[in-house]
Amino acid sequence: MTPVLEAKNLKRDYHIPGGLLKPSKTVHAVKGVSFKVEQGKTLAIVGESGCGKSTVARMVTMIDPITSGEMLIDGRRIDIASEPLTPEMRSKVQIVFQNPYGSLNPRKKIGDILTEPLVINTKVPAGERRDRAMAMLKKVGLEEKHYGRYPHMFSGGQRQRVAIARALMLNPRLLVLDEPVSALDLSVQAQVLNLLADLQDEFQLTYVFISHDLSVVRHIADDVMVMYFGEAVEYGSRDQVFNDPKHDYTKTLFAATPRVDVDAIRARIERRKRVA
Amino acid sequence: MSLLEVKNLTVEFQTASGPFRAVDGVSLKVDEGEVLAIVGESGSGKSVSMLAAMGLLPWTAKVTADVLTFNGRDMRTMSDAERRKIIGKDIAMIFQEPIASLNPCFTVGYQIEEVLRIHTDLSRRARRERAIELFQSVGIPNPEERLGHFPHQMSGGQCQRVMIATALACNPKLLIADEPTTALDVTIQKQILDLLMKLQAEHGMGLIIITHDMGVVAETADRVIVQYKGRQIEEADVLSLFSAPKSVYTKALLAALPENATGERLPTITEKLTDAEIFAGAMR
Repeated sequence: MTPVLEAKNLKRDYHIPGGLLKPSKTVHAVKGVSFKVEQGKTLAIVGESGCGKSTVARMVTMIDPITSGEMLIDGRRIDIASEPLTPEMRSKVQIVFQNPYGSLNPRKKIGDILTEPLVINTKVPAGERRDRAMAMLKKVGLEEKHYGRYPHMFSGGQRQRVAIARALMLNPRLLVLDEPVSALDLSVQAQVLNLLADLQDEFQLTYVFISHDLSVVRHIADDVMVMYFGEAVEYGSRDQVFNDPKHDYTKTLFAATPRVDVDAIRARIERRKRVA
Repeated sequence: MSLLEVKNLTVEFQTASGPFRAVDGVSLKVDEGEVLAIVGESGSGKSVSMLAAMGLLPWTAKVTADVLTFNGRDMRTMSDAERRKIIGKDIAMIFQEPIASLNPCFTVGYQIEEVLRIHTDLSRRARRERAIELFQSVGIPNPEERLGHFPHQMSGGQCQRVMIATALACNPKLLIADEPTTALDVTIQKQILDLLMKLQAEHGMGLIIITHDMGVVAETADRVIVQYKGRQIEEADVLSLFSAPKSVYTKALLAALPENATGERLPTITEKLTDAEIFAGAMR
């Protein structure tokens, strides 16, 4: 079976034009990463800010062109720099952003937000668009009465549900989730993660899940890729990466993650007593 | 005597649909050398209760308390001028967004020396030396050069270090850290938390950490207060909170942590809990 997404030696440079006295500069945001995601699986990309994980997301969602390398979606080579993007390709990959307060237009009703992708990319008539949006609202745990409301009337978790619903309106094959739960409270985070898992089971969705929270990644991912300064320093199955991290940076990352088990707390209190 | 003592603190805001009670009967005590964590989800009133205690809320807020003392002095009857002498000197606060809490128009050196100028009678040169010393203590390399930098020239972690240095400038007795690491990466979070704990132990100050992150609580606190919708649900030392939580709400929160998950799905008990059930076990 062809993987839903395959990237070979993906690179992305940004050129920063110089000024009168400043020479121009090239930033190598992503320096050649390769990965593969099968249908129904979740690849998590982990790393700190500035490591290029969001740039990977932008390339996969066909927002940014790739500088070099190869990207195959459903076995088809994608290069938006040389050929225009068709609605069919656009509907294959959808994205959910980190901040649901910023990613929903405050002047549009939820119904308009949900039907907009259909208006742009398909020829579905208005009545059916409405029906599909209603059905999707229920699917993500909202109600039909929310159709005519504005984003500010919703809580953060509900807004993220709306953002997920919008991403699913075009029946995508691949969903890119760029830090989808890091702006949410703990209990809401659990609800959204469960929703994502339910949707993945129901539609056989493929996820690229970008996060800096290792506990979330451990819970949701099948494969994990750790990025550091534009390079993939570690890539493997979840158990491989978590049980036997090879690269120093991955080890640092694990060591820095706060531990909430009772033994770790007890050890910390002991250390503190000794110092005092 | 406790450093900060608050009894039955209530904060109300006037809204179009009547008064809204953001904080409802909060009581707490912090001693010198103690680390207290206030944990809760957004809207639990954890930040507002601390802002109210410091008198930093706008006039639209109605603050009442039975007791509100800092170091034995009543903060309720204090004049604004008197309060300003304490805040920034004996009580210091650091906020969530380090880059947003620094003024972009001035160098970080100016901003840290400003605190010293207002609260101490050090000479210009002594202030500069103290600023360099503070930058060194929070681990900023090349402090002499860094003092001349603007906030936008520094990373988020570095800005938070500047904020901590500014807060510590006058050796405060109490430091209130409002979500100090929420905007930072895990590796930087670890550095900042380690730094805060080290400085807290060195100076023996009281530290209140406001957070929604159970991981941060586990890594720092001696004692924990759990808040929900403006009310205190549980107070316990950190070990008993994690090993034997008493209230249903705390249990639900801990169960929702992905690292505690056993099955495919995370338990979302808080969704099913009603406010009445959560408040039933609440302390009064």
